[in-house]
Amino acid sequence: MSGQALKTSTSSKCISVVLSGVGGQGTLVAGKLLGKVAMKTGLDVKVSEVHGMSQRGGSVITYVRMGCKVYSPIIDEGMADFCLFFEPLEAIRWVSLLKKGGTMIINSAPVKPLPVLLGNEKYPDRISERIKEAGEGNARVIEIDAKQTAVSFGSAKAANIVMIGALSIFTDIPESVWKESIEESFSEKPHLISMNLDAFQAGRDLVR
Amino acid sequence: MKQILLGNEAIARGAYEAGVKVVSSYPGTPSTEITEAVAGYDRIFCEWSTNEKVGAEVAIGASIRGARAMTCMKHVGLNVAADPLFTSSYTGVNGGLVYVVADDPGMHSSQNEQDSRHYARAAKIPMLEPSDAQECKDFVVKAFELSEKYDTPVLIRLQTRVSHSRSIVEFGEPNEIEVKDYSKDVSKYVMMPAMAVKRHKIVEKRMEEIMADSSEQTEAVGMHEEHIGSSELGIITSGAAYQYVKEALPEASVLKLGMIWPLPEKRIRSFAKKVKRLVIVEELDPFFEKEILAMGIPCEGKSLLPITGEYSTSVLRKTLNPTSTPEQAISGSGLPVAPGRPPVMCAGCPHKGLFMALSRLKVQVMGDIGCYTLGALPPTSAMDTCVCMGASVGMAHGFDKASDARDSRKTVAVIGDSTFLHSGVTNLINAVYNQSSVTVIILDNSITGMTGHQQNASTGMDIRLSPAPAISLELLCESIGVRSIQVVDPVDTDLCRKKVKEELEKPGVSVIIARRPCALIPTGKGPKGKYARVDKDICTACGQCIRIMCPALTAGPDNKPVIDRETCNCCGLCVNVCPVGALSVGGDL
Repeated sequence: MSGQALKTSTSSKCISVVLSGVGGQGTLVAGKLLGKVAMKTGLDVKVSEVHGMSQRGGSVITYVRMGCKVYSPIIDEGMADFCLFFEPLEAIRWVSLLKKGGTMIINSAPVKPLPVLLGNEKYPDRISERIKEAGEGNARVIEIDAKQTAVSFGSAKAANIVMIGALSIFTDIPESVWKESIEESFSEKPHLISMNLDAFQAGRDLVR
Repeated sequence: MKQILLGNEAIARGAYEAGVKVVSSYPGTPSTEITEAVAGYDRIFCEWSTNEKVGAEVAIGASIRGARAMTCMKHVGLNVAADPLFTSSYTGVNGGLVYVVADDPGMHSSQNEQDSRHYARAAKIPMLEPSDAQECKDFVVKAFELSEKYDTPVLIRLQTRVSHSRSIVEFGEPNEIEVKDYSKDVSKYVMMPAMAVKRHKIVEKRMEEIMADSSEQTEAVGMHEEHIGSSELGIITSGAAYQYVKEALPEASVLKLGMIWPLPEKRIRSFAKKVKRLVIVEELDPFFEKEILAMGIPCEGKSLLPITGEYSTSVLRKTLNPTSTPEQAISGSGLPVAPGRPPVMCAGCPHKGLFMALSRLKVQVMGDIGCYTLGALPPTSAMDTCVCMGASVGMAHGFDKASDARDSRKTVAVIGDSTFLHSGVTNLINAVYNQSSVTVIILDNSITGMTGHQQNASTGMDIRLSPAPAISLELLCESIGVRSIQVVDPVDTDLCRKKVKEELEKPGVSVIIARRPCALIPTGKGPKGKYARVDKDICTACGQCIRIMCPALTAGPDNKPVIDRETCNCCGLCVNVCPVGALSVGGDL
């Protein structure tokens, strides 16, 4: 499934990555990791996060922009080169951010929101298929089961790193930079390093 | 050395480089991480103060004693600290004094959207506004220089997108901490009428001087940047809005203000002459716009751009550069609508059981600021009001007096431990003194939860997690004169209901302390490897446990509960609500 790699290191344009999911899914950690990767690659970078009330099981979104010079930390409609959706509903919610020709990676594991759990609203079916149909010819839409893959390495919590692994395939940033950054990110919890490196590799293998 | 830092972390780094000695703050999104990051610099004394007014007063004291001092807060925190703010403008400083205030346009985590720039004008204090993490660090260093140069406190205004965006920061050399000598100066530091009359004149003169210098000395004082592009369109802006301007309007000429109060009139005049059309891009109020119009310079602003909410690249493109709108891959029009995802109380959250009790009692609930404000949302929907920190207790007292004590049989105030110590306690004193019959429930989860787990005066630890004296809420309430004080475990929702009912019946002020640590801190985590277990043979699929809305418990296809073992905190709330005993605490991991 390998597509053409986005030239990050030589690009004068910004590469914009949206990471969106549910509070607690690790989008913040993944965003910080991308920040490290960009800095190691010699790029300017901005990572924008949401803290506070919406973290409590709400819809969260992290923006990462990297390039020669980054101004806005926020990614608006049609500005994202990549969207990593950690949950299918969030893909519908933020689909408009993806630019024409962009790539979207969706983690297929649903996290049902309150109105659905209460039976007041229905969780839509066939989300990834519908987005694929809608994006035909304009977007690359990839669905992976990052949660299950992460569970097979020891913890569902590593699903964020599986997603990052999948993203890494579509950039020209060397694998070693990603791996160094993961090691640094978990330097305070060294027992988690090897599991996250495995999760990263698994993410790469899923989309290769 | 370069590092990627959150805007807030860069503020802390700036304080370190500036040789700051004392930082005293109360947590509040989006400002909290500043003081948390300061705690990482061992040589700085830092503390979580009980509220923003206290934090400001500690910093004023440290400044007058001769140390550089900083206090940080969110926008509404500055309302609490407004009293010391205004008069510290008159006293001026000895060691530099900086107030950092973080606004929240778009209200990501706030109860209002106020624009703190008005405080700079009202209190006659210069204000700086950085637009990214590098400037956060640099402007703090600059703010301390200006504070000592002009003998004034300095305000730094942040906003969510600056506070909570990470970008690359190049470090400078840290200055040594130097504490100046203190000498008694009644005419400067004792603000009673005779002295304050003279100080006010000095303040006015100081602001005129700063205004002139801000125009003339761009680098040393104003920190303004002028980018001359097309003469067709000129933009005056600052802070995060500057970033959207550069993104959306790459051709435009831009005057980016660093010091945003007082405004550099000469500088603005000369910029205005260079462009045919002048547009002011500022989030929230038309603060610059009205000042610039008052200078007699024609400009546009709020007639084009919104006064509410935060700006973005697309907001500016739509109004000022519509042809540059990027093409979307998928419009989304053919896709189903995504059900909303309102924030919910966490698995094992101690507030849940208490709010279920309040919901079933159908009482009027005066709410307050914290995670428990989520009790206003389904499934409990058990909150009537939420205004500001500490208001719950005073408002319950107001309900009592307005209804000739009738409503006190059906009204409670709910307030967290940190919020209670912040400003609920003064309200409780007032209620006792003025012979109220309110029932106050202190939700004691042993932490300041919503802002990300900061210690407070009741938790037994200081900001660096060293042991500290713990205020006993029971003894505090007792000493105030509260006659009835009960302590309950909020997971025991039936007992909570019973106790609340009892206390509502009693005359006088009652306090119920619902005590259980937050599920996200070490003392609140359930036993490892244990989780709630379902006996499907006993379960009748009645749905009682589903209605808790615990993120760890969902309905299976047979409408019987399914427990997510990773998420379950083993609090036992679902066990307590099951009418047939199908749930039990245990697990077998």
